[in-house]
Amino acid sequence: MFTLKKVKYKDVLNIEALTIKKHKVTCIVGQSGSGKTTLLRLLNKLISCDSGKITYKNQALKEIDSVELRRDLVMLPQAPAIFSGSIKDNLLIGLKFSEKPLVADEKLLEVLKLVRLKKELSEDAEKLSGGEKQRLALGRVMLMEPEVLLLDEPSSALDEDTEHMIIEALVNYSKENNKTLIMVTHSKKIAEQFSDEIIEIKDGRVLNQKEV
Amino acid sequence: MDGVINLQLWQMAAAYIFVLILLFIVRARGISREKEIIVSSLRMTLQLILTGYILVYLFNNINPLYTIIVIAIMEVFAIYNIFKRVKSKLSKSLKRIIAISMLCGTLSSLIYFLLVVINISPWYDPRYFIPIAGMLIGNSMTGISLGVTRLVDGMHSQKHLVEAALMLGATPKMAAKEIVDNSFDSAILPTINSMVGMGIVFLPGMMTGQILSGTSPVTAIEYQIAIMLGILGSVALTVILFVQLGYKTFFNEESQLMIDG
Ligand SMILES: Nc1ncnc2c1ncn2[C@@H]1O[C@H](COP(=O)(O)OP(=O)(O)O)[C@@H](O)[C@H]1O
Ligand SMILES: [Mg+2]
Repeated sequence: MFTLKKVKYKDVLNIEALTIKKHKVTCIVGQSGSGKTTLLRLLNKLISCDSGKITYKNQALKEIDSVELRRDLVMLPQAPAIFSGSIKDNLLIGLKFSEKPLVADEKLLEVLKLVRLKKELSEDAEKLSGGEKQRLALGRVMLMEPEVLLLDEPSSALDEDTEHMIIEALVNYSKENNKTLIMVTHSKKIAEQFSDEIIEIKDGRVLNQKEV
Repeated sequence: MDGVINLQLWQMAAAYIFVLILLFIVRARGISREKEIIVSSLRMTLQLILTGYILVYLFNNINPLYTIIVIAIMEVFAIYNIFKRVKSKLSKSLKRIIAISMLCGTLSSLIYFLLVVINISPWYDPRYFIPIAGMLIGNSMTGISLGVTRLVDGMHSQKHLVEAALMLGATPKMAAKEIVDNSFDSAILPTINSMVGMGIVFLPGMMTGQILSGTSPVTAIEYQIAIMLGILGSVALTVILFVQLGYKTFFNEESQLMIDG
């Protein structure tokens, strides 16, 4: 799905070669500051590499329209983004931004259940706790049903039990719907338990890539 | 000019007592503003005397070239003033957009106002052209300064929301929409508010001036209404041009947000 060759970004990332497979769950692990977020931002084309080549479906990233690309592979930022308005507004805004058809409230409630958020759709999203905001942002991305989900520490603000439940639901969802899931996580346990492949990054370089 | 009292020199001097009162107050309270007060009073006096003589000269020597030169100076001064007034750092491309919006917005409203609404002839008659241009340009300058501040600050403080929108597949236009709307709103709000209080809370300067110089209040009001609408149009046009073009300078051609830090 993705290939990277001799990719350099400032003095932050320096990746000789890397392949990320389609329809798999890939976890990216590594110390804080090692360049995991930067890697996801490159794949989402929020930034462009200084040298080297990234391809998506055998097409150079440079040649793909950024907005089209991002509608195909949606990224969830590390700090959840909450827009002003209700929970419903916040769920629907992803569909609005990507100009996809909106969905009925039942579907929204389904997604809330999937991310274990027991709240009314009309509640003010700003009032949610950090962990709830994170789950809301995750629900928003799942609702968009993109081909690839790029998730930057989607469970960092959750307790271990909730984290486990949500990641499990997420992995099941992406397997059932033939999605590609690329996820940064700091939890070794999560990475070992759920991923098909683990990429370990250190000081901007790929330390190793292994199948699980 | 029947009924107009020409001020004598001593009467003018007597008006400066107000400055002295202010100076006395700040000194007594230990507020260190004396220098600014003296400098600004002096500047006001000298600038207005100079302008007065220049206007007398221009009115006596009517020439389209002079009118154009005066407008050009006003525009340059206004644009320079916007750059100075806005505290945030402005990129080169944003400065260019500010200049373009000021020129297009104010000049098109000015030409429409003078030639269609007031229908002056010759078109370069400085008695109408210069004061009306001053009002349109001055108000547009204030509006756009507010708009620029809001846009730049909004882009920086809401950087993560703008980027999050991009990550969700938004075009730069969608991602910046809320910030753009906010800056437009805050830029035109003072103009709208000033219309609400007009005639009740205060008598606008232009109208007051006309009445003092002996014009019938009805005529003065006609002019005031027309000029107020002209100002509204000019401010709105200038600011909408600015925000519509300005937000684009924060993105590159790959739809990436170009803000560091
Ligand atoms: N645009 C940038 N320019 C320069 N350095 C950056 C930039 N973005 C991130 N960095 C630096 O790159 C390193 C890796 O950051 P990041 O990818 O966020 O790490 P991680 O997500 O693994 O914690 C950090 O030291 C960070 O300060
Ligand atoms: Mg990170």
